[in-house]
Amino acid sequence: MRVLVALSGGVDSSVAAARLVEQGHDVTGVTLRLWGGASDTGCCSVADVEDARRVAQQLGIAHHVFNLSDEFEAHVVGPYVADHQAGRTPNPCIECNRHLKFDALLRRAEALGFDRVATGHHARVVVAADGRRRVGRGADRAKDQSYVLHVLDQDALGRVLFPVGELGKAGVRADAARLGLRTAAKPDSQDVCFITSAGGRRAFLGERIPLRPAEVRDARGTVVGRTEAVELVTIGQRKGLGLAGGTSPRYVVDVSVPDVGDGATPVVTVGARHDLLVDTVALDGLAWSAGPVAGPVQAQCSAHGAPATARVEGATVRWDRPQRRVARGQSVVLYVDDLVVGGGFAA
Amino acid sequence: MADAPPAYLDHAASTPLRPEARDAMVDVLDRSFANPSGAHAAARAARQLVDESREIVAEAVGARPGEVVFTSGGTEADNLAVTGVAAARPGPVLCSAVEHPAVAEPARHAGGGPVPVDRLGRVDLDALEAMLEPAAGGPGVALVSVMAANNEVGTVQPLDAVAEAVRRLQPAAALHTDAVQAVPWLDVAVVAAGFDLVSLSAHKFGGPKGVGALVVRGGLPLTPLLRGGGQERARRSGTENVVGIVGLAAALSATVAERADTVRRVAAQRDRLADGLVAAVPGLVETGVARRADGGADRRHKVAGACHVCIDGIESESLLFLLEEAGVHASAASACASGAVEPSPVLAAMGVPRSAARGALRLSLGATTTDADVDRALAAVPAAVDRLRRFS
Repeated sequence: MRVLVALSGGVDSSVAAARLVEQGHDVTGVTLRLWGGASDTGCCSVADVEDARRVAQQLGIAHHVFNLSDEFEAHVVGPYVADHQAGRTPNPCIECNRHLKFDALLRRAEALGFDRVATGHHARVVVAADGRRRVGRGADRAKDQSYVLHVLDQDALGRVLFPVGELGKAGVRADAARLGLRTAAKPDSQDVCFITSAGGRRAFLGERIPLRPAEVRDARGTVVGRTEAVELVTIGQRKGLGLAGGTSPRYVVDVSVPDVGDGATPVVTVGARHDLLVDTVALDGLAWSAGPVAGPVQAQCSAHGAPATARVEGATVRWDRPQRRVARGQSVVLYVDDLVVGGGFAA
Repeated sequence: MADAPPAYLDHAASTPLRPEARDAMVDVLDRSFANPSGAHAAARAARQLVDESREIVAEAVGARPGEVVFTSGGTEADNLAVTGVAAARPGPVLCSAVEHPAVAEPARHAGGGPVPVDRLGRVDLDALEAMLEPAAGGPGVALVSVMAANNEVGTVQPLDAVAEAVRRLQPAAALHTDAVQAVPWLDVAVVAAGFDLVSLSAHKFGGPKGVGALVVRGGLPLTPLLRGGGQERARRSGTENVVGIVGLAAALSATVAERADTVRRVAAQRDRLADGLVAAVPGLVETGVARRADGGADRRHKVAGACHVCIDGIESESLLFLLEEAGVHASAASACASGAVEPSPVLAAMGVPRSAARGALRLSLGATTTDADVDRALAAVPAAVDRLRRFS
């Protein structure tokens, strides 16, 4: 097959490409240039492109760079900022997969005559008895990336390959070392690629939107503190709320952000640990991998969080045991037997 | 078809080494390793090679030998001109809005401002004159830099008119032209006659990479970028790149000797290519051309090897990919350090909308371009555009 492999400059995609070459496919490498701004962990610095290019040279495959920075700004960075401004907690990696890697890149690959697009994600594409495809967890549970891939539909699932999904991280590094790839010992990337560790979210958002101070209130509505930037507050947070030392720890249990220009002051509500617990989470933008599912599932609320058992009732997830509240905008991914069946945003 | 060598249509990026340059360089590599600054016979032989090369270059570009400073390439020549003048005298630096980054970046660093261009990419002379109006009290303009021919669309600048305006309004200003793209097509000795500083790059005319020259006329004061042993009359220290300098001179003299024939032949190939593409591909617009009375394209203000088009509804990276598969090596002419195609500041300055600039394609012809290369591009571009439009 003609395979276009997305080379980020990291070890996983390097080994993905190497495995495809070893399997005898006609492989071409591509690095996506997504972000032109500052970055320290991300995937588009010139150094990472050089690593990707050098790996392609070592493997004897062509390497191209596609500039998708306009699409990245439109579908990932812009919504990331807008979500924070609206008091939501976005996951930009999911939006990047949804709109960039498994939409723009897939479409481009098809136009260029490729049969498949491969990435270095730790996940598997599993074909069920009914012929429908689903995202399965990577063999290495600690590195599993099925959560950020839940947006893949049947069409996309039929056109992607995850060559390292069967390998653990140790297997990936061993393969890279065996092949002498220069990315063999490169550290894994962490966090959001367009946010620097030096500046963090505060600096990134502060350059783009006015950060709004918020009142911190308790459940009775009494003002108990203040915070400088409501955009940086998330459900479950304990620190940075200007609270006087008290009897028991208090957690953010709600964030209420009025529309910009409405003039009202944003409010952060704090409470005890048990105030965080809820029985259900309602989902927006629910998308199914292969048709709607009802009944028992495992639901996962962050990239590497532990899944909890629940029942799907329409667009609501009812936990078997009360769970910590999910921040609005966060993705809730639904699994049955470790296969993704769908997902949506916490409403 | 698949076995034929690719049609190389990226001469504005680099040109194949001319045999004259190769032979001269191999001879030097084999025979002469000494440092030209030495005091023995081997050194004198190396010195002679550099001196003879300098005379060849001076003759070809209409300068005196002592006015030719060899550099590591076009970028160094441009930096030496812009930064060297800006450091040597006070006053603003002006450059056109379509300069190569090798001029635009040092000019920006020196606090310089861009002079707008018209939709053909030519300097707006009225705007230039307004920017040259002497300001009361402040220092006069230090430097005006306008390229001879543009690297993306191939527009030839009205250098005579630029020089006239600068001499009239700012007689003390230094005048620089980046002639890197002009050498294969224009008589630099004539078009740059009124300029104090002229940049050249060997690999754009069949010479090797890593060597260029800056003409510095009449002892114009210039602060060097590289200080050291005082070579090149202290304007550019460092042991001379004898092999490269010999290659530059050999390529230049061969290029100049054949230039009239090359221009005639390549212009006809380019016209066939551009006219053919416009006719074959709906939504394809040739960039920076005027219209003749009969509706045809008027390309008199472009260098003979330049064919630049913007194609509606596609983007350059995919087009280049498919063209490479079809055996055509071309360019979008505007890339960042990673190799990704970037929106072109040159096209933006010419008023080309960003949506159109996304589909930019530069097919640059050269002395070695064949009719078969043109045929191949004429077949490959419409087919690739068709495919991309079907999938968009």
